[in-house]
Amino acid sequence: MLKYISKRLLMLIPVLLGVTFIVFSIMYMTPGDPAQLILGESAPPEAVAELRTDMGLDDPFIVQYGRFVVNAVQGDFGQSYTTKRDVFSEIFARFPNTLKLAGVAVALAIAIGIPVGIISATRQYSFIDSASMIAALLGVSMPNFWLGLMLILFFSVNLGWLPSSGADSWKHMILPAVTLGTSSAAIITRMTRSSMLEVVRQDFIRTARAKGVSEKKVINKHALKNALIPIITVVGLQFGYLLGGAVLTETVFSWPGVGRLLVEAIRQKDTPTVLASVVFMATTFSFVNLLVDVLYAYVDPRIKSQYQ
Amino acid sequence: MSSVTSAAKPVGLDKPKTKSKKRSQWAEVWRRLKQNKMAMLGLMIIGVIIFCAIFADVIADYDTVAIKQNLKARMEGPSAEHILGTDEFGRDIFARMVHGARVSLQVGLIAVGIAILIGGSLGAVAGYYGGKLDNVIMRLMDVFLAIPSILLAIAIVSALGPNLFNLMLAIGVSSVPSYARIVRASVLSIRDQEFIEAARAIGADDFRIITKHIIPNALAPVIVQATLGVAGAILSTAGLSFIGMGIQPPAPEWGAMLSGGRQYLRYAWHITAFPGVAIMITILALNMLGDGLRDALDPRLKS
Repeated sequence: MLKYISKRLLMLIPVLLGVTFIVFSIMYMTPGDPAQLILGESAPPEAVAELRTDMGLDDPFIVQYGRFVVNAVQGDFGQSYTTKRDVFSEIFARFPNTLKLAGVAVALAIAIGIPVGIISATRQYSFIDSASMIAALLGVSMPNFWLGLMLILFFSVNLGWLPSSGADSWKHMILPAVTLGTSSAAIITRMTRSSMLEVVRQDFIRTARAKGVSEKKVINKHALKNALIPIITVVGLQFGYLLGGAVLTETVFSWPGVGRLLVEAIRQKDTPTVLASVVFMATTFSFVNLLVDVLYAYVDPRIKSQYQ
Repeated sequence: MSSVTSAAKPVGLDKPKTKSKKRSQWAEVWRRLKQNKMAMLGLMIIGVIIFCAIFADVIADYDTVAIKQNLKARMEGPSAEHILGTDEFGRDIFARMVHGARVSLQVGLIAVGIAILIGGSLGAVAGYYGGKLDNVIMRLMDVFLAIPSILLAIAIVSALGPNLFNLMLAIGVSSVPSYARIVRASVLSIRDQEFIEAARAIGADDFRIITKHIIPNALAPVIVQATLGVAGAILSTAGLSFIGMGIQPPAPEWGAMLSGGRQYLRYAWHITAFPGVAIMITILALNMLGDGLRDALDPRLKS
C-alpha cells in the first residue's frame, strides 16, 4: 500500500511541473509591462527599465520559468503587483476558507446524492425515481451563481433568515455551500443511480438473493460496495468543478476565499496572484485525485491485492 | 424468351447493400430518439433558441432596443410594452435576452468546434499510432485535466483580454482533453479489427483509413459529448461574463445581464431572474437532448 502511495506521489511531480509550465506560459502572454504597472503611468522610463531588470523581466522565458519554479517550491510566489504583499501569505490566509466551503459542499453533495441515488435505483420507474431524476436534471442545468442569487433573494432579502455575505458564523456557510454543492449533488445522484442499476443486474447479486440474504443487506453490503468505485471517481472529479465553481460562488456571497482573490487579481492585472492562485487550486485538485486513487485501492480488492 | 434474358443478366451487378445499411443505421438512431419524449422536448426548445438567435435582429433591433439606454424607464417590471421589464439602464430585457441567445450559441458551438478539432486530432493520432506518441499526448492531456477547466479558461482570458474570440478560444482549449480521450478510446477499439487490416491490405493509406473508417465510428460518443459540451460552454460563458471576464458591456450576454442586476436584487429582482432562467432552460434542453442521444446511440441496445 505504501508502495502504491509513494508511486502515485512520484507521478504527481511531473504533472505539477506541467501545470506550472502551462499556467506560467499563459500568464506570460499577458500584454503590458508589469514594471510600468507597479510604478504607475507617470514614472520615468529609466526607473521602469531599472525595475524591469531588477524583476528579471528581460530574461528569456525559460530563465523566468525556472526562477518561478525554484521560488515556488520554497513557498515564494513573489509580491502582488497591487498590494505589494507576499502572494503566498495572501493565498494561505484565504485558502482554508475555500477548502471549508468546498469541503462542506462536497459533503452535502454526497450526503444527498448517494442515498437518493440508491433509492432511485432500487425503486426504478417509481414516482420517487422520476422526481429525483428531474430534480437532478434541474440541478445540473442551473448556473450556480444564479442559484446563489436566487437563494439570497429568498432567504436573505425576503425571509431574512440567513446572511448573504461574509464568513463569520456557521449560518454564513449554509447558502454558499448549498449553492456550490447543488450541481455536484445532482451529478452524484445520477451516477449513483446508474452505477447501482448496473451492479444490481450482475450475477453475484442474484446469487446473494438466492442464498436468502435480506434485500437490505444485498443493497447496502453487496451492491453498494461494488457500485462505489465509479461514484468515488465522480466525487473526485467533482472536487475540481467545485474549486472552479467556488470562484463564482465566492463572488456572489463575498466569501473570503481564494476564488474571490483570483477575480480581484484579474481585474487589477495582478499577474503573480493570478498565477499563484490557479497553481494552488490545480495542486489541491491533484492531491484530491491522489486521495481518491488511494481510496480506490482501499475499496477495490482487485487493486489492493496487486500491492500486497 | 424470358429465361434467356434472365440467364443473360450478369450476376453481381446489383447495387451493393452498404448505402441502405448506413442510412438505416442513422434512421434507427433517429427512431429511438423520437421515442424519448424528454429528448424531443429538448430538441424543440433548442430549435426555438436557435430561431431566436438567427432572427434576433428581426425580433428586436439591436441598436435601438437592445443597446440604447433609456434612463427614464429604468428597472421597470414586466409590462405590456416590455414583456420582461427593463434593466438598470432602461433597456428591454426580452430584447437583450433574444440577442443574448445569439452570443451564447455562437460561443458554445465555436468553442466546442475548436475542442473537437484539436482534441479529436490529438486523440486520433494518439490512439492510431500508439507507443511513445500516445504516451506523450495522454500525459499532456492529464496535465491539462489537473487544472479545473473554468480556471484554465479564466487564466487564458485574463492573459489575452476579455473579448468574444478569446472567450471561444479559452473555453475551447480547456475542453480539449475530454474529446482527445473519447476519440482515442474509439480509435483503440477499432484499430486492431480485421477490416482495418483488410483495408490496409488493399493499399489504403493511413489518412484514408482514419477518415473513412475510424472517424465514423468515433462519431457517436463525440456527438453526445458535443451536445453536453455546448451546454457546458454556455455555462462557462455566462460564468466568465458574470465576473467580468467575458463579453464586455454593453453587449447583451445572459451572464453579464445577471451581473448587472445583482446590486438591484432587492427591488428589481427580475433583471437577475429572467436571464438566469434563459440560461437554465437552454442548458436543460441540451442536457435532455444529450441524454437522449446517449441512449439512442448506445450500442448495447442495437437489435
